[in-house]
Amino acid sequence: MGAERVAVVGVGQTKHDAVRGDVSIAGLVHEAAQRALDDAELDWADIDAVVIGKAPDFFEGVMMPELYLADALGAVGKPMFRVHTAGSVGGSTAIVASDLVAAGIHRRVLTVAFEVQSVSEAMWALSFPYPFQPPMHAGAGGYFAPHIRSYIRRSGAPDHIGILVALKDRRHALGNPYAHLHEPDITFESVRDSIMLWEPIRYSETCPSSDGACAMVLTDEAGGDAAAASGRAPAWVRGTAVRSEPTLAAGRDQVSPLAGRECAAAVYREAGITDPAAEIDAAEIYVPFSWFEPMWLENLGLCDVGDGWRLVDEGVTQLGGDLPVNCSGGVLSTNPIGASGMLRFAEAALQVRGAAGDHQVDGAQLALGHAYGGGSQFFAMWVVGAAKP
Amino acid sequence: MRDVAVVAFAQSASAQEGDRNEVEVLMPVVTEVRDQVGVTTADLDFVCSGSTDYQAGVPFSFVMTLDAIGPWPPIRESHVDMDGAWALYEAWVKIQMGAADTALVYAYGKSSPGDIRRVLSRQLDPYVTAPLWPDPDALAALQARCLLDADMATEADFASVAARSLAAAEANPHAVVAGARSVEDLLDEAYLASPLRRHDCPPVTDGAAAVILAAGDRARDLCERPAWITGIDHRIDPHQLGMRDLTAAPSVRVAAERAGVADGPVDVAELHTPYSHQELIVRRELGLADGTEVNPSGGALVANAVMAAGLVRIGEVAERISSGRAGRGVAHATSGPCLQQNLVCVLEGDRGR
Repeated sequence: MGAERVAVVGVGQTKHDAVRGDVSIAGLVHEAAQRALDDAELDWADIDAVVIGKAPDFFEGVMMPELYLADALGAVGKPMFRVHTAGSVGGSTAIVASDLVAAGIHRRVLTVAFEVQSVSEAMWALSFPYPFQPPMHAGAGGYFAPHIRSYIRRSGAPDHIGILVALKDRRHALGNPYAHLHEPDITFESVRDSIMLWEPIRYSETCPSSDGACAMVLTDEAGGDAAAASGRAPAWVRGTAVRSEPTLAAGRDQVSPLAGRECAAAVYREAGITDPAAEIDAAEIYVPFSWFEPMWLENLGLCDVGDGWRLVDEGVTQLGGDLPVNCSGGVLSTNPIGASGMLRFAEAALQVRGAAGDHQVDGAQLALGHAYGGGSQFFAMWVVGAAKP
Repeated sequence: MRDVAVVAFAQSASAQEGDRNEVEVLMPVVTEVRDQVGVTTADLDFVCSGSTDYQAGVPFSFVMTLDAIGPWPPIRESHVDMDGAWALYEAWVKIQMGAADTALVYAYGKSSPGDIRRVLSRQLDPYVTAPLWPDPDALAALQARCLLDADMATEADFASVAARSLAAAEANPHAVVAGARSVEDLLDEAYLASPLRRHDCPPVTDGAAAVILAAGDRARDLCERPAWITGIDHRIDPHQLGMRDLTAAPSVRVAAERAGVADGPVDVAELHTPYSHQELIVRRELGLADGTEVNPSGGALVANAVMAAGLVRIGEVAERISSGRAGRGVAHATSGPCLQQNLVCVLEGDRGR
């Protein structure tokens, strides 16, 4: 953390959908950004700098789209910065924006992340050939399924855990008007009976492919105090951390990567958290395939190793449970890849601001936002709180 | 603000790295920059890189080079889909906020395997402009034509920039084109995209650059004469060319003011101006005096590794300060069509501090 405190005073997101054919890419990011500014009761002219992130440019077929989006995001005459760190990018982008305030360089920063997946085929975009490497998988599910099977073997988790996670997150999404998937008729049986895509990942245990954008306005301490004084509670950034590790390394554990464990330890340390399971009131964790919820609970130190699936089984991670996870519906209900990490960070902020509407965790004081990317090798996390650090 | 300096710089450039992939182009440069100050990646607090998937031709292309850097045990790292000069900016922010004292910054790009002009046309508005596939030479030619029409320059002025750059390149081992030519000789050549000729445009280049940043006493420990970053700022102009006066680059002017270019004499300036006429625009917007030596390396007209060329400018200025050949200098990086986005960095030696 830098010398200056950082506050989230505005959050905005689009309605996410399989195809947002009603707006251009510029229109989509503008929609999220305008909502964040409205939430912050600020205007475009109040913003000092724009930090934008997204996953690979090939998804939309626009190289370095921040150049084209400068006009739509009111960045003309200002610094415009573009981050790309794979699936963790939405989180990494928010942290770059937070750093600019923490370092005292800017007072008010607009940060935006987006993806328009409807204009390409993400599964094959994620199945690219690398020279001298065997083509081992089809899509992200094919890549991660072996890690999940390894987790099940190690932990002895029963088969239905993945189904419970999917059911929970899709039901949580019903309380989030912006979520892509709203499936009021979903049942345990309908998830169980959906087609098996990558053993043990069924269709209904898989994230959708979404068009969407997310935006936040971050300010310095004075901006956070001003928001609080006018009755709009800010979320105070209590800690941020990023960690990266190689795709392949001797001794690397892809089920519980060291980079994830170290990133979590760093963000808790910075936030002054000694017992994360007890102190964190709400967690927004990047779970693109159902089984990643118990895997990440363990990797994040939110339970003992081998116990993640028990928390799911006992309903601890439901809204109303002791450790509610992905009350927004999470990545399993909304997945514009480049924005998915920022949505986790933004939903964590909404929880501690008491602004999460029908998916609010009562009295949430401290929330975790988590994003990961690549082959479970890139991590970005933040902890936000209702109280000033 | 904390005192942050460039303490090491290395680069490579060639017209075609036919036998070496991106990792093989980058790693000798990273090894060289680490060896200059005797550190390993594990000794550095932060790593930040700049590259673009569209040039490499695969999504997540930065992962292959990061893997080669060796992020094990896990490191604190970030990547920008921007020129390495902006990766340096992110690292500078990390150091400013006190989250790091040292950082490795690197950037790379191979333009030769594809058609870089067609690739760069993918940067344009995807609905209005990109479907027409205008290449950067054509867009730059429009800009150059605006200068001529406004009587702000002549084709001989463009050729003078090219002639000086080609002559300077003879002393630059990383130049991919070089050789003294007279202005008259250059003006006899055919147009590539009227009013621009071949020598007014950048050569296709494969290359990489790496920089190590360090703060305060750590910088003094690592380097006898650190090149202190006394100001750095970047700004963007509108994307739609019809919204801009192409004879100007207001984002350069604002960044220069914020970086404090005018706060002292400028001995040397390295400008990332891939087209000869752009040097005239950037020089004017920076407010450089006649005595400033501009692009002693030959600049982007003699080596332009896309994604690394801006970071190279910072490194070239830093190297001149660290070697005692300059006391204060300005480095500039650009991105986007017709100088849309610009970064300005002011570097200084210990003199006067």
